[in-house]
Amino acid sequence: MVLVLAIGDLHVPYRAPDLPAKFKSMLVPGKIQHIICTGNLCIKEVHDYLKNLCPSLHITRGEYDEDARYPETKTLTIGQFKLGLCHGHQVVPWGDLDSLAMLQRQLDVDILVTGHTHQFKAYKHEAGVVINPGSATGAYSSITYDVNPSFVLMDIDGLRVVVYVYELIDGEVKVDKIDFKKTGTATSHSAH
Amino acid sequence: MMIADGIEDEEKWLAEGIAGIQHNAFYLHRAVDSNNLREALKYSAQLLSELRTSRLSPHKYYELYMRAFDELRRLEMFFKDEERHGCSVLDLYELVQHAGNVLPRLYLLCTVGSVYIKSKEAPAKDVLKDLVEMCRSVQHPIRGLFLRSYLAQISRDKLPDIGSEYEGDGDTVMDAVDFVLQNFTEMNKLWVRMQHQGPIRVKEKLDKERSELRDLVGKNLHVLSQIEGVDLEIYKDTVLPRVLEQVVNCKDELAQHYLMDCIIQVFPDEYHLQTLETLLGAFPQLQPAVDIKTVLSQLMDRLSNYAASSAEVLPEFLQVEAFAKLSNAIGKVIEAQVEMPVVGAISLYVSLLTFALRVHSDRLDYVDQVLGACVKKLSGSPKLEDNKATKQVVALLTAPLEKYNDIDTALTLSNYPHVMDHLDAGTNKIMAMVLIQSIMKYNTCVSTAEKVDVLFELIKGLIKDIDGTLADELDEEDFKEEQNSVARLVHMLYNDDPEEMLQIICTVRKHIMAGGPKRLPFTVPPLVFSALKLVRRLQGLDGEVAGEEVPATPRKIFQLLNQIIEALSNVPSPELALRLYLQCAEAANDCDLEPVAYEFFTQAFVLYEEEVADSKAQVTSIHLIIGTLQRMNAFGVENRDTLTHKATGYSAKLLKKPDQCRAVYACSHLFWVDDQDGIKDGERVLLCLKRSLRIANAAQQMANVTRGTGGPVTLFVEILNKYLYFFEKGNPQVTSAAIQDLIELIKTEMQSDTATPDPASDAFFACTLRYIEFQKQKGGAMGEKYDSVRI
Repeated sequence: MVLVLAIGDLHVPYRAPDLPAKFKSMLVPGKIQHIICTGNLCIKEVHDYLKNLCPSLHITRGEYDEDARYPETKTLTIGQFKLGLCHGHQVVPWGDLDSLAMLQRQLDVDILVTGHTHQFKAYKHEAGVVINPGSATGAYSSITYDVNPSFVLMDIDGLRVVVYVYELIDGEVKVDKIDFKKTGTATSHSAH
Repeated sequence: MMIADGIEDEEKWLAEGIAGIQHNAFYLHRAVDSNNLREALKYSAQLLSELRTSRLSPHKYYELYMRAFDELRRLEMFFKDEERHGCSVLDLYELVQHAGNVLPRLYLLCTVGSVYIKSKEAPAKDVLKDLVEMCRSVQHPIRGLFLRSYLAQISRDKLPDIGSEYEGDGDTVMDAVDFVLQNFTEMNKLWVRMQHQGPIRVKEKLDKERSELRDLVGKNLHVLSQIEGVDLEIYKDTVLPRVLEQVVNCKDELAQHYLMDCIIQVFPDEYHLQTLETLLGAFPQLQPAVDIKTVLSQLMDRLSNYAASSAEVLPEFLQVEAFAKLSNAIGKVIEAQVEMPVVGAISLYVSLLTFALRVHSDRLDYVDQVLGACVKKLSGSPKLEDNKATKQVVALLTAPLEKYNDIDTALTLSNYPHVMDHLDAGTNKIMAMVLIQSIMKYNTCVSTAEKVDVLFELIKGLIKDIDGTLADELDEEDFKEEQNSVARLVHMLYNDDPEEMLQIICTVRKHIMAGGPKRLPFTVPPLVFSALKLVRRLQGLDGEVAGEEVPATPRKIFQLLNQIIEALSNVPSPELALRLYLQCAEAANDCDLEPVAYEFFTQAFVLYEEEVADSKAQVTSIHLIIGTLQRMNAFGVENRDTLTHKATGYSAKLLKKPDQCRAVYACSHLFWVDDQDGIKDGERVLLCLKRSLRIANAAQQMANVTRGTGGPVTLFVEILNKYLYFFEKGNPQVTSAAIQDLIELIKTEMQSDTATPDPASDAFFACTLRYIEFQKQKGGAMGEKYDSVRI
């Protein structure tokens, strides 16, 4: 059982002052094995905060990130899964599922984690699973109206990954989960 | 050398003294056991003579004294038992006065006095009066203090208090009070006189020795507080005035400090409250060297705790005008003690402020008053350089923040900014950070333009360069931290009412514009997004109301935004400005303001043309432009064409061929929008795809020429995927034949002699083929489409 936090588009401090207090109290060091971050933190303070949560931190570059050295894309293997990471502003049209599918094929990964739209998504298509953890601070987006703060926690266990999405709606944290199973080369899913 | 000798000598003398006592005690016990009064008196007098020594320090004298004390207790028991020695207490009282030396005589007299009072043959007050006066004969400080201390000890339970068995007629309580007060007064005089006694000593040593004895003096005050009959009246009319008289008149700083402290500790808080004026009146009369602020702070702390103990006592505070009195007293002290350093004065104000916050938290005028007094003091002094004083000022400013978690309250204190003005630049900034942190911590929202104005004035040390300091001098990390704090702060400024919100935005703008090129990249973005959020709020609402003052409208806000972002040109920060212009363009598009959106795009393109020189930055920027443009639906044909033409043009002109290729095929999406009313220009799409294919081919050839091997086929596979995309969307210009050709092309390139094996592009191609197969297997319309594609 490997816990992976997928988080991004915090836009601190240019669009949001900080993570919501309720999220902060949930995210405690020592519980998570990996963090994959879609980008747009934007400042070093946020980087340090995430690094303190978990030293295995993977970040890709968002267009507002202070640190220009983050890569455009990143791939890593966790357990039986190959994961790909990309902020998403590079993929036009923004948020377009088929264009993202192309990126997924290009990176040849089971799970593609991407952001930019500030809207949570988790769906399965031919090439695998695409996950958008949304914006952890609920930051303003030109693409999505009424953004709720959200992040994703993936529990990777053998050939199965359970995706938990945490969303802050009207001051309360709501959790939902989706199951994906990897069978041979493709993945199948069941939603709850 | 001499000191070591001295200590050794003292030990010797003490040992001698103890030996003397023990020697005489032996015979004393024998005499007592055989009921021999005469012998007992003789040996007890000899024993007590050891206490006549002048050679011991107080600490050592005390040891000797305790030995004698123990013996006197046994002696007293013997005295009490008249049957054993056959002498009446009256006679005994007479008899002991025959002792040769005065000190032993008086110790014995006190001992008999104790028995005398117990016998009730005379009123307690008479005996006590006699004793306290007789003790005058011993004027040596240490000897006298211990003697009187003995008197105090044995008389403690025999005072003619109300309800005690020794209660007398007439004004019995006053008799008790008089006795204790007199003993106290004499003891204090002796104590003060200690410093003039004996050989010249080092002051610290002397003070230390004196300190060791202070409790002997202070005990008397404790006794006074325990007298049942002493009520508020008596305390107010007699006890306090007389104690204070002695305190002031003795003119000794050690005594004054200790005794004032004692008074405050020992007597109940309600008494202090009711005698506040008298008590406070003593302070200015004390010696300049007395650390008044500690004592005053103690007093204020006790009163604060008293106030906190129950709500019922609060009216009392108001009734006695406690705050006003304390405030006046502090003012007088500061005035009187000209030599007092600034830090002393400020810490007094800190204590007073703490008092006000705890006791009268609803009285903001009190809080402001204290701040005002502080300003006055600071104005009269040179600029603060003393670290400690600065810390006190910061404490003064932080206290209201912590008490009232709401920054609004601090903002209404008119003197608050004036106090801050007296801080040096560095501390001013620290204080500003404290203010911001307070807002962030308590999640407070500053909700009017007026308050925002006051707030930004308070934190102006962070907002702009204040005379003298240059932003360059500052450590870069610290500077970033400061500016990021200001950025965060902007998000805490909010009002539901759009008009007020617009005013807030204008106010913030006014302040940050003075920040200079180093600060703008931090402060402009949050303001821009704050304004964009306001635009979104207004989107649903209707625009102008004729005749009234023009309300906040998206149009007005966009004008403002234009000006705000333009300020970045002075930094210069072209990439950031470009991004912000694109954000505004999208927002303007959503408001259906075509010319405004077009203007923003123009600005973005101008920046791209003239300022974005770095090739990597160009790639990102052009993709942002394409991505934003792709989402625009407010543009008419002409405007749209101009912009897409520019976008594709710049895409093709990127430095590296692969970048060109990708940007150009990204442009294909400009001509196909999946919406119902979206543009669907199949030809232009194909033109883009073909163009990107040409570029990919050129790149391949270039690689062959320059490196001798072919480049990776990734670009071709990407383009293939794009073909598939539009094929599936139903672009008639994209045919299955074209797809077939592309597949063949890729295969050929991969198998060619000059091909560079690349697992990544191999995998990519394999995934793509797999996808096509998947689509074929779907059957239905999609399966049919793909039917003619062979892989």
